[in-house]
Amino acid sequence: MTVLIKEHAKPSIQEILESGKFLVTGEIGPPKGTDIDEMIEHIELLKDKVHAMNITDNQSSVMRYPSLGTAILIKELGGEPNLQVTCRDRNRLAIEADLLFAYTRGIRSVLCLTGDSIPAGDHKEAKAVFDLESVQLLQLICNMEEGRDSGGNELKGGVKFFKGAIVTPEAVPIEPQMLKFEKKIEAGAQWFQTQAVYDMDNFKRFMEKARKISDKVYICCGLVLLTSPGQIKYMNANVPGVFVPENLAREMEDAPKEERLNYGIRIMARQIRQLIDEKLCDGVHIMAIGKESVVPQILEEAGVDITKM
Amino acid sequence: MIITTSKPFEEVLKALEGEDKVFIVGCGLCATTCETGGEEQVAEMKAKLEAEGKTVTGTVVYEEVCHELNTKRKFRENKEAVEAADGFLVMCCGAGTQSVREATEKPVHPACNTVFLGNIQRHGHFVEKCSLCGECVLEDFGAICPVTRCHKGILNGPCGGTDEGKCETSKEKDCGWTLIYNQLEKMGKLDRFRRIYGPKNWQANMKPGRVIFEKKGEGGE
Repeated sequence: MTVLIKEHAKPSIQEILESGKFLVTGEIGPPKGTDIDEMIEHIELLKDKVHAMNITDNQSSVMRYPSLGTAILIKELGGEPNLQVTCRDRNRLAIEADLLFAYTRGIRSVLCLTGDSIPAGDHKEAKAVFDLESVQLLQLICNMEEGRDSGGNELKGGVKFFKGAIVTPEAVPIEPQMLKFEKKIEAGAQWFQTQAVYDMDNFKRFMEKARKISDKVYICCGLVLLTSPGQIKYMNANVPGVFVPENLAREMEDAPKEERLNYGIRIMARQIRQLIDEKLCDGVHIMAIGKESVVPQILEEAGVDITKM
Repeated sequence: MIITTSKPFEEVLKALEGEDKVFIVGCGLCATTCETGGEEQVAEMKAKLEAEGKTVTGTVVYEEVCHELNTKRKFRENKEAVEAADGFLVMCCGAGTQSVREATEKPVHPACNTVFLGNIQRHGHFVEKCSLCGECVLEDFGAICPVTRCHKGILNGPCGGTDEGKCETSKEKDCGWTLIYNQLEKMGKLDRFRRIYGPKNWQANMKPGRVIFEKKGEGGE
């Protein structure tokens, strides 16, 4: 069988995690439109600084350049993509077809998400699909790996992906979230990226619970770059499952205006260092949200060089 | 109960352009409860249309406008006013409006938007708890429907947008999955939460729906 991109320039996410290395991933948010120059710059900038890059799939229900197209672009540019697939915009036929295509183009890692709600985005009158959700998507990929589509029909050539999922350590209440985490593992999830975490003590408690449920899956901590007190206020008030603790909020408030981004960089660098030094989890997922250009600086401050890990 | 809301009067008026003589149909069931097409609202509509220079040839409010035979019978009973009308304004759900469609060749206009199958919590408070999916899953979820009460219709637990029991789409709306979790926990049935539910059969309510009673003696033993 022909897989169009045969040579993998970089080790896969699976290979990194299974070798026991601390996984460092970044994120690429595709643009709204066909001007992809800045995105290419970001990919070029990150491809050797992180092990892999997530590509968001119409993030926050805002229509953008597609995640699958960007994942292929990352491969072409010599980086390693982590393809995000949501269930909001495509039914099972469309998702399966995309996965067949992704596999033939050398995509090896898929992050399975349900997707944000339509009213969160910029196409407020669109029809939400949600034919499937994250747990069912994981199962669907397992079936495709066994050579069957979700209609039970035989595939002429299946797929093989490293199946990822997300979990929200700061969800309130946490119990249903942990049960769902367990179900995702049962449905085939091999690794997790968490939603944004700021409170490291809470993250430690979450990791204790998670490890009790499974010590086999890999868990990477999601961190979102803090940029201003306004952003913190907005997130605390409006983003479910995200809570920036008082001490960090104060640190950002006390920062001189022109220094805020640097403070944010320093905070994240400190957190990455803590994750590694205290061996809290298996990797970090850095969400710089539009500030991808500072990711190398964050990693430098954290003393993280993936070529030397 | 089919929940309806009234269309803006301007929209209704625009739809009736060129039709000077109007016959108004209201419904004695759901639209009466929703106060969109009961006796009172039909009388108000009549007065408003007359103020705009229309002639209302007649009005009728009866139970089950959605009952097509019933509607045809009501039209026969009001033959004169029905025949005098240029068009019909129907103040109830989309089913009722299409029932009127079957009873006349003349123009038929909806005066309402039909929004959902609803529960009445108290006077004027309606919420959606069932979305007529065609394959009831209430047995598995402590009689709380994830298909409807979770905004995304998730069958396997809350999404990451849940927040202190509320849905990411609105702080006014409960997270269906928090309700289900609490209910199953209370019942000692959290094993049902742990179960993985496969993709739903969305063709169980393939449009347009159709149910026909089997005649006794046919198809059976």
